[in-house]
Amino acid sequence: MKGLPPVLITAIVLVLGFALCAVQFPNIASTRVVGNLLTDNAFLGIVATGMTFVIISGGIDLSVGSVIGFTTVFVALAIERWGVPPLVAFVAILVLSAGFGAAMGAVIHVFDLPPFIVTLAGMFLARGASFLLSTESVPITAPIYSTVSDFALRLPGGGRLTAIAIIMLAIVIGGALLLTLTRFGANVYALGGNRVAANLMGVAVGRMTVRIYMLSSLLAGIAGIVFSFYTSAGYSLSAVGVELDTIAAVVIGGTLLTGGQGSVIGTFLGVLIQGLIQTYINFDGTLSSWWTKIATGVLLFAFIALQQALVALARRPVAKSAGAAS
Amino acid sequence: MTALLPRRGLAQILALIVILAVDRVVSPQFFDLRLQDGRLFGSLIDVLNRGTPVALLSLGMVLVIATRGIDLSVGAVMAISGAIAASLADSHGLPVVLAAALGAGLVCGLWNGFLVSVLGMQPIVATLILMVAGRGIAQLITEGRIVTFSSPDLVWLGNGSILGVPVPVAIALGMLILTGAVVRGSALGLLIEATGGNARASELAGVGTRAMILAVYVWCGVCAALAGVIAAADIMGADANNAGLWLELDAILAVVIGGTSLFGGRFSLVLAVLGALIIQTMNTGILLSGYPPEFNLLVKAVVVLAVLLLQSPKLSGFSGVVARLRRAKA
Repeated sequence: MKGLPPVLITAIVLVLGFALCAVQFPNIASTRVVGNLLTDNAFLGIVATGMTFVIISGGIDLSVGSVIGFTTVFVALAIERWGVPPLVAFVAILVLSAGFGAAMGAVIHVFDLPPFIVTLAGMFLARGASFLLSTESVPITAPIYSTVSDFALRLPGGGRLTAIAIIMLAIVIGGALLLTLTRFGANVYALGGNRVAANLMGVAVGRMTVRIYMLSSLLAGIAGIVFSFYTSAGYSLSAVGVELDTIAAVVIGGTLLTGGQGSVIGTFLGVLIQGLIQTYINFDGTLSSWWTKIATGVLLFAFIALQQALVALARRPVAKSAGAAS
Repeated sequence: MTALLPRRGLAQILALIVILAVDRVVSPQFFDLRLQDGRLFGSLIDVLNRGTPVALLSLGMVLVIATRGIDLSVGAVMAISGAIAASLADSHGLPVVLAAALGAGLVCGLWNGFLVSVLGMQPIVATLILMVAGRGIAQLITEGRIVTFSSPDLVWLGNGSILGVPVPVAIALGMLILTGAVVRGSALGLLIEATGGNARASELAGVGTRAMILAVYVWCGVCAALAGVIAAADIMGADANNAGLWLELDAILAVVIGGTSLFGGRFSLVLAVLGALIIQTMNTGILLSGYPPEFNLLVKAVVVLAVLLLQSPKLSGFSGVVARLRRAKA
């Protein structure tokens, strides 16, 4: 029950699913498709890494989709209309989104409010702000965008590992290391396990809450930049509903929504499973895209039911020994 | 505390009056009513009419939140019931259409309730499943198209009038009275509040908490299905992609504005519906003022934050201190 089994199950589902797809469509088993899978889901992988921290700490962040939308619009306007150099615009938006997350974390901690509703307000706020900036899609023509889009590592078999896929992989690995090897990561688990106990053991609960939401929004900002690389445009309606895909990926990856358990690698596998469903539907051609939603829902249910069963199993011996003692 | 907030509901009524006054400034004809073809027309009626779906959703949502739960799937349930109603409308009579659509809502509610009360899942997660999958199911029913219909019976549900009052408004009022009579006319409301206040203690005291939780999710599903039918009847069609999109958030917002705590344990049906009206009055006001509707989201965000801060346990502690200081002075 120490985190490993759910991740293993996720990995098995991914491998089995991939094998099944490959049997039906042999072309899926190529580096080309895998490379595209990573590229298409790069922004989702980045934002899901941040969401993993939030959910393990016992919270939730509904604002990430809106932050991505705001970022794409801000970056597009800054580069195209205000004449800001792209790198300066990136730094500015990352500072802005980190500050936004820190503010949400501060409100959650200081006023002792449910994260669900605070980040819901954040979602309205960020989406509304991006509408205020522009309601039209703004194309980005800066040279750095074509440079980044053209850059790719050639994989054997004709696949391309694009720059945004590399960014995503780096962030996933960095996130996994941060969560498992550092004091910060240990504190995240402690917060999700038991907030009161964590506080008594000397974890600075307030500072941690602020940092966790800051990390989530910062990664959402990076995901927004990656999304703007992906589409070469900024649009205030981009990434609507991504918060749900993100939460689904985290849950499918074996992270407990009650907090205290989970892993970044599991989340990454969850993202890949969602991408695989999408790829399968694209290959099939006759299935409509809404099957993605139904399949994701079924997977969500299966994984949550599994977690519930595991938790119940873990509790059983405790109940028995308590009965024996009395 | 009592010195600052004399009666429950006063804050909401004051807020509504202020927003109405602002709307009056923005649009001088705001309070004009006229009777045409046996139906009332005017901005106020428009607010009531357009506020109906969220008001219906908030009727179910407020009970769910009172048990310390939340139902994220209501928008998707609206899409499902609207899709069913629209596909059956031209081939079957109104009773069959209504029974099928509301039955679907009942099943959705049972599913959510089963996950939460029997399997013991967290409500956010349990209802997230249907929120994600539900829209896919709705699209399956409509086969990805926007299904239109012309059945006069169903259209009447969305656009007709009873004694000058639009039918949706009459239905919402009827549901409010029905829910109120069932919940507050018996001990049911108390039992629901007990479940939300402390499920374990209530269970030990003999409250059937599992049945309570199941019942509120079923009711929430039925209310959402009714809202979905009305929304479909209003536009004479069902759009599985957009029907009820993000309305779950509006419904939760309405309940929170109505002063029901997200931590469960107490609720007010009337104030939740009032919350829905406050949201709609703001929306209509922004539309009438000529500002782009995008401002809606910003205004909503500010309102959520303001209401949250008012509800915050920390702040009420602070205002309690202020009240005590005042009393000490007096």
